[in-house]
Amino acid sequence: MKGMTVIVKTVTRWVKVFIFLFGAYIVITGHLGPGGGFAGGVIIACSYILLTLAFGKEFALQRLKVGAAHGLDSAGGLIFLLIALFGLGFGGTFFANFLQSRYPGLEFHLLSSGTIPLSNIAVGLKVASSLFLVFIIFSVLRIVVARDGSRSMVQEEEEE
Amino acid sequence: MVVEIYLLILLVFMIAGALIAVETKNLLSSVISLGAIGFGMSIAFLFLRAPDLAIVQIAVEVVLLVFLIRATIGRDVIPAHGHINWAGLAVVLVLMAGLVFFGVRAFGSLGVFGEPVIASIAEAPSNAYLAGGLEQTGSANIVTSVLLDYRAYDTLGEATVLFASILGALAVLRGRSWAKKRGKEQ
Repeated sequence: MKGMTVIVKTVTRWVKVFIFLFGAYIVITGHLGPGGGFAGGVIIACSYILLTLAFGKEFALQRLKVGAAHGLDSAGGLIFLLIALFGLGFGGTFFANFLQSRYPGLEFHLLSSGTIPLSNIAVGLKVASSLFLVFIIFSVLRIVVARDGSRSMVQEEEEE
Repeated sequence: MVVEIYLLILLVFMIAGALIAVETKNLLSSVISLGAIGFGMSIAFLFLRAPDLAIVQIAVEVVLLVFLIRATIGRDVIPAHGHINWAGLAVVLVLMAGLVFFGVRAFGSLGVFGEPVIASIAEAPSNAYLAGGLEQTGSANIVTSVLLDYRAYDTLGEATVLFASILGALAVLRGRSWAKKRGKEQ
């Protein structure tokens, strides 16, 4: 996978930042407008998938390594679980919105609704890194059809 | 009333896309018509005033299309041919007729289009969420307040499913590459 033509590469260089920013915007303002962690995470993953398709697998993996993506994936899940456990500790029940009951922000403002924006960011981090990993798995694995018609998944040969 | 006509047009478009996706011989055109169904679904969600679902649908559809085109492009398809199994076809037709019959009965028991079921049940929890969602959670988006506050357990389960599937796929991959390295060393 060596990447695509110069036209695609140039357009990608301009567009990737805007896709990433749009995803981040949808994650951060998930409690104010339509969107949220899942949708924004998918859009952020889209920007990395575009990078992988346009510049090749090696280029994208230099920017975000598989280990780092896996770490972000785990971190997102752990943050979400920690928010739930803090709710158990400070608010009395699992997933209690303890920040909203203590510091109720101004409604319809960015800093409002307690733990919901934090959960959105955690879910967005998790979904973005997960989908990026799914795409890497898809582009690394390849289905090989043997002569007798049986199919098997093998790893693509790495160039050394 | 206008919305219903738009939705009917979209439904016909989506059913046509599904039939093309099933019947076409070319795998790539099948995947593309699958994408057309997804985008039609996203517009249908917009007409039904569900922008959250529309955004999720369109983003997931784009990623899914990229995955499927990447996975199917340049692959050989072995076309299925042979005689028609009439007994199997009859069973399928009977099952589909039963499904349509009970589906029509089920939709007949619902209310008028555009009037939610919760409007007729006073003690439904959704009414409490709609009435007190802004004061209780402070979130302007009622969908997010349900997803991440009232029903956060479901979101945690969804995150766990995603995590476990990625972990399993990576474990399978890594096992293969380790075995290959070990084979090279020996």
